[in-house]
Amino acid sequence: MGVIRNIGKYMFMLWVVFSLPDKWRIFRVRLFQEIEIIGIKSIPIVALMSAFMGGVIAMQTASNMSNPLLPTYTVGYITQSSTILEFSPTIISLILAGKIGSNVASEIGTMRVTEQIDALEIMGVNSLSFLVLPKTLAAIMFFPVLVIFSIGLSLVGGWVSMIMSGLLSSEDYVFGIRSFFLVSNIVYALTKTVVFGFLIVTISSFYGYYTKGGALDVGRSSTQAVVSSSIAILIANFLLTQMILLK
Amino acid sequence: MIEVKNVNKSFGENQVLKDVSTVFEQGKVNLIIGQSGQGKSVLAKCVVGLHEVDNGQILYNGRDFCQMNRLDRKDIRKEIGMLFQGSALFDSMTVEENVMFPLSMFTKMTKKEMQERADFCLDRVNLAGRNKLYPSECSGGMQKRIAIARAISMRPRYLFCDEPNSGLDPKTSIVIDGLIKEITYEYDITTVVITHDMNSVIEIGDNIIFIYQGQNWWQGDKKAIITTDNPEINDFVYASEFMKEIKEQMRRQSPAE
Repeated sequence: MGVIRNIGKYMFMLWVVFSLPDKWRIFRVRLFQEIEIIGIKSIPIVALMSAFMGGVIAMQTASNMSNPLLPTYTVGYITQSSTILEFSPTIISLILAGKIGSNVASEIGTMRVTEQIDALEIMGVNSLSFLVLPKTLAAIMFFPVLVIFSIGLSLVGGWVSMIMSGLLSSEDYVFGIRSFFLVSNIVYALTKTVVFGFLIVTISSFYGYYTKGGALDVGRSSTQAVVSSSIAILIANFLLTQMILLK
Repeated sequence: MIEVKNVNKSFGENQVLKDVSTVFEQGKVNLIIGQSGQGKSVLAKCVVGLHEVDNGQILYNGRDFCQMNRLDRKDIRKEIGMLFQGSALFDSMTVEENVMFPLSMFTKMTKKEMQERADFCLDRVNLAGRNKLYPSECSGGMQKRIAIARAISMRPRYLFCDEPNSGLDPKTSIVIDGLIKEITYEYDITTVVITHDMNSVIEIGDNIIFIYQGQNWWQGDKKAIITTDNPEINDFVYASEFMKEIKEQMRRQSPAE
C-alpha cells in the first residue's frame, strides 16, 4: 500500500515539476549551474571508472579466449559491444545514482528541514519546479554526453591494457572494436541513459522533497534515494532492453 | 488586516485547531502565544497557506485565501514576508542574493535597482556592507536580520515571524523585537508574531491571541494579559518563580493604590 501511495505521490510531483518556470532568466541560470554540478563535476569519476572498466573487460575477455578457432580481434569486438550495450550506460548510471542521487536528496532534504522550501512556497515560488526541473533537464542533457565519454575512455582503457599486458596487438584490438559496429547500439545506449538520468534525479528529488524531521531523516532519505533509483535503473534496463533491442 | 473565521484543522484523528476565529489588525504587532503543542504554529501555517484548513475562512483584506487556486494565491503571497524560526536563508546564496531573490523572481527591476533595494533593506536592519557574506559566515542574530531584510524587500503588506527570538541571547532578542516593531509602524503592515517569549509579549504585543488546546482562548493587549484572572493565561505568563514573585509584588502594591 505504501509503495502505491509513493508512486502516486511521485507522479503528482512530476506533474507539478513539469510546469512552466516562474522566470525563464532564473531558470536558465539554474540550469547551467546544475549542468556543472550534475554533469561536469561527474567527469572525473566517470573517467576513472570507465578507463579501468574497459581495461578489465578487455583483459578478462582476452584471458578467456583459448579457442584457436576464434579470431583474435574478437577481444576488441566483445569489449566494444559490451561497453556500448551495457557497461557504460548501466554501470556508469549506477555509479552516478550513488553520487548524484545522494547529493540531490540531501540538498533538497536539507532545504526541507531548514524551512528553505517553505520560504520559497510563501514567496509564491513553485518550489518543485524551481528545484527539480533544472536538475532533471541537466541530467537528461548531460548524461548522454557522459556515456559517450565513458564509451570512448573504456575502449581506450581496453587498448592500453592490451598493449601493457601483451595479450593482443594494437592492430587486432583496433580492428575488433571497429568490427560489426552498429549505430543502433549507440541509440539504444543513449536512450537508456536519458531514462536513467531522469529516474535518478526525479526519484532522489522525491525522497529529498518529502523528507520530514531532522538531520537523521535527511541521511535516511539520501540512502533511500540511492537504493530506489538503483532498483529503478535495473528494472528500466530490463524493460528497455525488451522494448528496444528485442523488438 | 487578516481575518480568521471558524478555522478547523486536523491531522488524522488529532484535531489541532478548533473553530479558531480572530482578527490580525493592520499597523499593529499581533502576537500568537501559547504553550508548545497547543496549535499556534499550525494556525500561522494555515494563515500563510503552508497547511490547508479543513474548513473556515482566512481573509486577507477581504480576499478569501482558502478559496483561491495556486495562481491567485501567488498574488497574495507576493505581499507576504516571513521570518522563519531558523531564518531559512538560502545557503548557496550570499546575503545580498538572499535579499534580492524575491525581487529577481517577481519584479522587472534591473540588477542595479535590485542592488539598491537590497542595500536599503540591509541598511534598515543595520547590516550595511555585509552583502557578500554567506549565511554560514553570519551569527544567529545577523541571520535573523538578513531574513527580516529579505522579508521586507518586496514591501510586504503582511509580515509573519515564527519565534523570531528562538536561539538568541536576551540583548539580540530585544534588537530583533525592536526591528519588528519599527518596521510594522513605519510601513503600516499587518504583523503576526508567534512566540512564547514573555519579554516579547511585554515589549511589542499590541494585540495578543492566546491559543490553548487549539482554541482562541483569550485575546487582549499587553496590559490586559498582566492583569487578567484567566487561570490558563496566568499558568502561562507566571510559569516561572521570578514572574510569580513579580505578580505577588504587584498584588501587594495594588491595595495601597
